[in-house]
Amino acid sequence: MGRQRQKKDRDRQTRLEHHLLNDFQHGLSLSPTPFADMAEVLGVSENEVLTTLQQKKQEGVISRVGAVFRPNGVGASTLAAMAVDKNEIERIAEIINGFDAVNHNYEREHEYNLWFVLTAENEQALAEVIKEIEQQCGYEVMSLPMLEDFHIDLGFDIKWT
Amino acid sequence: MNMQMTDPEHRIDSLDRRIIIATQDGLPLVSRPYALIAEQLDIPVAELKQRLQRMQETGVIRRIGVVPNHYALGYRANGMTVWDVPDERIDELGEQIGALDFVSHCYHRPRKLPDWPYNLFAMVHAHTRDEALAHVEQIAKLLGAHNRAHDVLFSTRILKKTGMRLNP
Repeated sequence: MGRQRQKKDRDRQTRLEHHLLNDFQHGLSLSPTPFADMAEVLGVSENEVLTTLQQKKQEGVISRVGAVFRPNGVGASTLAAMAVDKNEIERIAEIINGFDAVNHNYEREHEYNLWFVLTAENEQALAEVIKEIEQQCGYEVMSLPMLEDFHIDLGFDIKWT
Repeated sequence: MNMQMTDPEHRIDSLDRRIIIATQDGLPLVSRPYALIAEQLDIPVAELKQRLQRMQETGVIRRIGVVPNHYALGYRANGMTVWDVPDERIDELGEQIGALDFVSHCYHRPRKLPDWPYNLFAMVHAHTRDEALAHVEQIAKLLGAHNRAHDVLFSTRILKKTGMRLNP
């Protein structure tokens, strides 16, 4: 294969990847063959779509192809923050991460340096988990439940660099 | 977790729950993914389709599609921007900020005075910290005099990330 041809194939593959990642973050067809539907829009074969998605998933560039659930979909949830002594972050984070109710935990640059999302079956269970975390950690939790969601989630427009 | 949500609008039954568990790691990347899931759950494919449709309508499912890993794509600067805006204007301002293409989440949350004066949260994603700070400037400009105070909290480490999950 000539160099020109190779470059052309590479460019084509890159373009296909960009479209697959950017254009199909919502509204996946519920028809029997959603990937063939994607292929038709892009003017490629279903096999190319499937192979590329499988490869991107393996590389970790795609987390999955599927549903994104409402963040506070089940029961009660809150964003919790804690102002922890810098030398204790690892120890405290480990305690927090041990709770099943915690599904995100980020360290952030601020006096409030640990930020985690808590979900529980209902408000009462949530309050109990917060109390339990405070007792085990020896730090107070600042609980900031969502009052309103202003974002219509259609995915996120990727700017390629 | 309880199989029924407390909020009646978003209530799910045991079959919805089984569907969520079967699909939360993604659809199988095969020609007929729904047929395969329906077969695994031993339900007609039409039923699966109708339930996915309904969960999208009620908002239990926000979207179905390709879920890129932004961190792997080079979006390394993740800033939680927080703003103190007048409560009587927050709906209008929140909607404007939530519509910006570099904002992935935008929420109204309560203040906790005196320690925490901020009531509007917007997650900003960018390749670099400078790019993120330019986004923050853009939000500040949009809010104008309604912005009484703000801050940006960059993440330095992801300590845990599992996403919303139901346990079988």
